[in-house]
Amino acid sequence: MTDSAMNSAGRQSLYEFRDVGLTLGGKLILNGIEITVRKGEILCIVGASGCGKTTLLRLAGGLYRPSQGSVLFDGAPMTMPRQDVAIIFQDYGRALLPWRTATGNVALALEAAKVPAAERKGRIEASLAKVGLADHADKYPTEMSGGMQQRLQIARCLAQEPQALLMDEPFGALDAMTRQSLQDETLALHADSGATIIFVTHDLEEAIYLGDRVIGLLPHPGRVGIEIDVHLPRPRSQLATREEPEFLRLRRELFDFIEKSEGHR
Amino acid sequence: MSSDRLKGLILPALAVLAFEIWLRAFPIASDALAPPSAAVMALAQGLADGSVLLATRDTLLGAIIGLGIGSSIGLLLGVLTGLLPPLDRLLEVSIESIRPIPSVALLPIGLMVFGFGYALEFSIVAKTCLFATLILTRSAVRGVEPRLMEVARALRLSPFARVTKIVLPAALPQIFVAFRLAAGAALIVAVTVEITINPQGLGHAMMTAQQALRPDVMLGYLLWIGIVGFLWNAALLLAQRHLFGRAAVSEAMR
Repeated sequence: MTDSAMNSAGRQSLYEFRDVGLTLGGKLILNGIEITVRKGEILCIVGASGCGKTTLLRLAGGLYRPSQGSVLFDGAPMTMPRQDVAIIFQDYGRALLPWRTATGNVALALEAAKVPAAERKGRIEASLAKVGLADHADKYPTEMSGGMQQRLQIARCLAQEPQALLMDEPFGALDAMTRQSLQDETLALHADSGATIIFVTHDLEEAIYLGDRVIGLLPHPGRVGIEIDVHLPRPRSQLATREEPEFLRLRRELFDFIEKSEGHR
Repeated sequence: MSSDRLKGLILPALAVLAFEIWLRAFPIASDALAPPSAAVMALAQGLADGSVLLATRDTLLGAIIGLGIGSSIGLLLGVLTGLLPPLDRLLEVSIESIRPIPSVALLPIGLMVFGFGYALEFSIVAKTCLFATLILTRSAVRGVEPRLMEVARALRLSPFARVTKIVLPAALPQIFVAFRLAAGAALIVAVTVEITINPQGLGHAMMTAQQALRPDVMLGYLLWIGIVGFLWNAALLLAQRHLFGRAAVSEAMR
């Protein structure tokens, strides 16, 4: 472990964004981003639309390279996607292979990782069971509801046994009930696997409910505007947690921030 | 078959019957016309002595092997140009300058290079199939969902695995449509090549009958070519339905 892999709190860091800037097509999208992501935490990223939340996540996934500064993963620069970093896209319908069953879709991650065929079956079953799709292993994505399709995408990512899960507004397109149960399942999976999660969302309450920390971005160009530590007890509960005075205080703080940031443009 | 579809057969049947009655009532010595019954008889005799089957074998061989060569090259080039824009730009002028030339216009050159025989037929059929497959495959590959390509990147699939596990399965239903169109054209071009210059197969047999002033044999061959073409297309449609029923459905639901 290098010195840079330790942050001030003494807890080991997984990601370090150092003065990261990104220019795409001549436009400055992100500028001067300094973020440290601690191992095992859930970091939520919020911000007005067009502030570069998704772009930031793509940098973390190695899908973009920074034009300036560096993104360090475990102390080493992130220059391309990694097997142990999994990305969950918002548009689950497009991110799944329609010609493969649930089993086949999870198998894709294992085929990519060159897992021996003998090992695959057990790992596929385990991944599907973790997201509650054990009974739907032979279904095709088109035979599944939106919530099930997103669970399937999560199962594929879990099969990678990732150190980091990058989730890009994963529940934004789902109905409120499904969204709440997937939030709780995400918390359970996190407690179970200990993976680090970076969670991008436009839903401020979702960010507070899930996160250990919430970072708010300011737009044009995207930059860090606010950083909040969420000291709400775990395990969290949809009713009790959302009624805590601390939850309401943080919610107010974030709403004010977003309102102000939108007024700034 | 439903009675509605049977209705469609009434007019052709009446026309054949009227033609038969007309030629039987006023027997004319014609170099171009023969009663349908005489054509059917000539075809039956040709089938019995094996000459029709031999000619069919030559024509189908020309169509199938030409289709195999042309569509394989077309598929390969289509996938490569679809995936690699620089290669596409490099080949664009070459492709677009050769593609509009009618295949049969290349017959004189083909004849000089290959002489009469199978190779001539293969080459002209292959040219037709190559471009039909190339153009449609290229657009199918370009149309593959970009998010799937991103998933492939994020999972670190090798370039080869990206093609075999993502690009080809995603594009396959459209690629098969391309193959079906190419196959239809293959049979047409094979017969055309035989009618024009190549001394083998159904096309040549039909021209020989015409020059020997045997309209019954000529029309018998024409009837047979129609039957072969119908079965050829029916087989392809059946294959498409069986192979891509699910894929076609999931494409439609997007």
